[in-house]
Amino acid sequence: MRVRLLDIAHARSGDKGDTANVGILALRPEWYEVLAQYVTRDRVAAHFSGLITGDVVRFELPNLGALNFLLHGALDGGGTLSLKTDAQGKVVSTALLRMVIDVPDDLAARLHLPPAPGLQSATRR
Amino acid sequence: MTAPRVVRVASGQGFWGDWLDAPRRQVTGGPVDYLMLDYLAEVTMSILQKQKERDPSLGYARDFLGAVESVLPAVTGRGVRVVANAGGVNPQACAAAVRALPGGKEAGPALRIGVVLGDDLLPRLDELIAAGHPLANMETGEPLATVRDRVLSANAYLGSAPIVEALAGGANIVITGRSTDTALTMAPLRHEFGWAADDYNRLAAGIVAGHIIECGAQCSGGNCLYDWRDIPDLGEVGYPIVEASADGTFVVTKHPGTGGRVSTQSVAEQLVYEMGDPHAYITPDVIADFTTIRLAADGADRVRVYGIEGRPATPSLKVSIAYRAGYKAVGTLVYAWPDAFDKAQLADRVLRERLDRLGLRFDRILTEFVGAGATHGALAGPPSEDLPEVQLRVGVRGNSRADVERFTREIAPLVLNGPPSVTGFAGGRPKVEEVVAYWPALIDKRVVQPSVTFQ
Repeated sequence: MRVRLLDIAHARSGDKGDTANVGILALRPEWYEVLAQYVTRDRVAAHFSGLITGDVVRFELPNLGALNFLLHGALDGGGTLSLKTDAQGKVVSTALLRMVIDVPDDLAARLHLPPAPGLQSATRR
Repeated sequence: MTAPRVVRVASGQGFWGDWLDAPRRQVTGGPVDYLMLDYLAEVTMSILQKQKERDPSLGYARDFLGAVESVLPAVTGRGVRVVANAGGVNPQACAAAVRALPGGKEAGPALRIGVVLGDDLLPRLDELIAAGHPLANMETGEPLATVRDRVLSANAYLGSAPIVEALAGGANIVITGRSTDTALTMAPLRHEFGWAADDYNRLAAGIVAGHIIECGAQCSGGNCLYDWRDIPDLGEVGYPIVEASADGTFVVTKHPGTGGRVSTQSVAEQLVYEMGDPHAYITPDVIADFTTIRLAADGADRVRVYGIEGRPATPSLKVSIAYRAGYKAVGTLVYAWPDAFDKAQLADRVLRERLDRLGLRFDRILTEFVGAGATHGALAGPPSEDLPEVQLRVGVRGNSRADVERFTREIAPLVLNGPPSVTGFAGGRPKVEEVVAYWPALIDKRVVQPSVTFQ
């Protein structure tokens, strides 16, 4: 089943120089395992492909039901050098929550995951 | 049996420009022992340095004077103590200005101001570089010598020790320059509970408490994505309070009757904010391990935080350096339905053609279409064909002030000689801003000697 992160997680983001720091947190404790298993470094790097110039680093915080990502080269130079509207990376959080992941149907059923709206019949990439 | 002793640290300011009413509301809304005010962001020091160059009696966060006026009765009457990094690049002038307030004069010896010094490395930069401290940029590895002639300010982030010293010396207002934001909360706890310099778990707990409340209401309902529609009464949002115990556990809460919400979710959102590597949240006092933090709901608007572990700090201090890095300007125009996005795109092409023809040189030029994917880019998908309006937003940055200035003159003409259905130019010509960039570096702790004076 296809699941949109917005429906299973909340998030907050900010900056450290030219790096966006994006934390996502499971809306229910039991949904953390979905984040941990399916929101991989590579998957996030692919999601932001073309929007960041550097690497993605991923950290796990099972104690908070959260993952933390560092997106390097995300902020057009960052700080005062950046010309972007979102120079401080404040809304990169919800950009990550746009991501749609594929979760096995049995796991999705066991955890009562909400299906991504309007995407169940979409062609899978 | 007496209840375990609790020390209450209230956050009253999360950045310079935060809600002016918050400090007074924190000391009048219920019991607090300390009021913590954080004014300094990364580039704030350079703004203050420019002010000090123009007038040697300035260079501190002037909002602090109003905050002190508004809380002085609680400080002199009820023993609430204030800890603030409002001193910027001129903590002594800040203390003198507090003393010169009507209430400051009246208070006389009832007001004892502790001033933390020693973070300012600007006068020592050449000596430090000559002595083999390259102050290399933590992101690029370049030595500071590359931009030495353009440096505006250089300040080491100090830890909790000098603030503890000021409190032990009887200060009821402590003013620092570039202290870490988290030390402003941790130092009062360390002072009250007598935590030793190697009591790493408790020091780390104090740092985590500081991280949670250093951004003001951002942990008590402000900017909270979780359940945002149902967070009550943000117009009267309650700023956070830490109720700490000697064992390093604490509760995050807010005054009764205030708006907002303190929940495990609102606190967790703030914990991940600008967290970096959760295994190693590095401060001058201790390295806190954020993967050990446990949160538990503890009644309405109360979250208990426990389990925190820490380990010895590194031998370095972080140094915040600001340097001049050219000029920038941002111009905007708004294009309306129909075909708003097409019109804005045509205007951008016309503008760039003219900039090319003028031969202007920029290091960077960036076009965004606000309302059509400026913040999420391609992730937002193609913009709707029926957008009611789109804001064209073009920014340039470069070393030539004249070229940036010339760019600002090319926006308004588009209103009469570019694509139609355009508005939103009432703000006038874009402003040319000098870019002051941030240069993070490390330095050997042993060469920085904090000190404390009293006024």
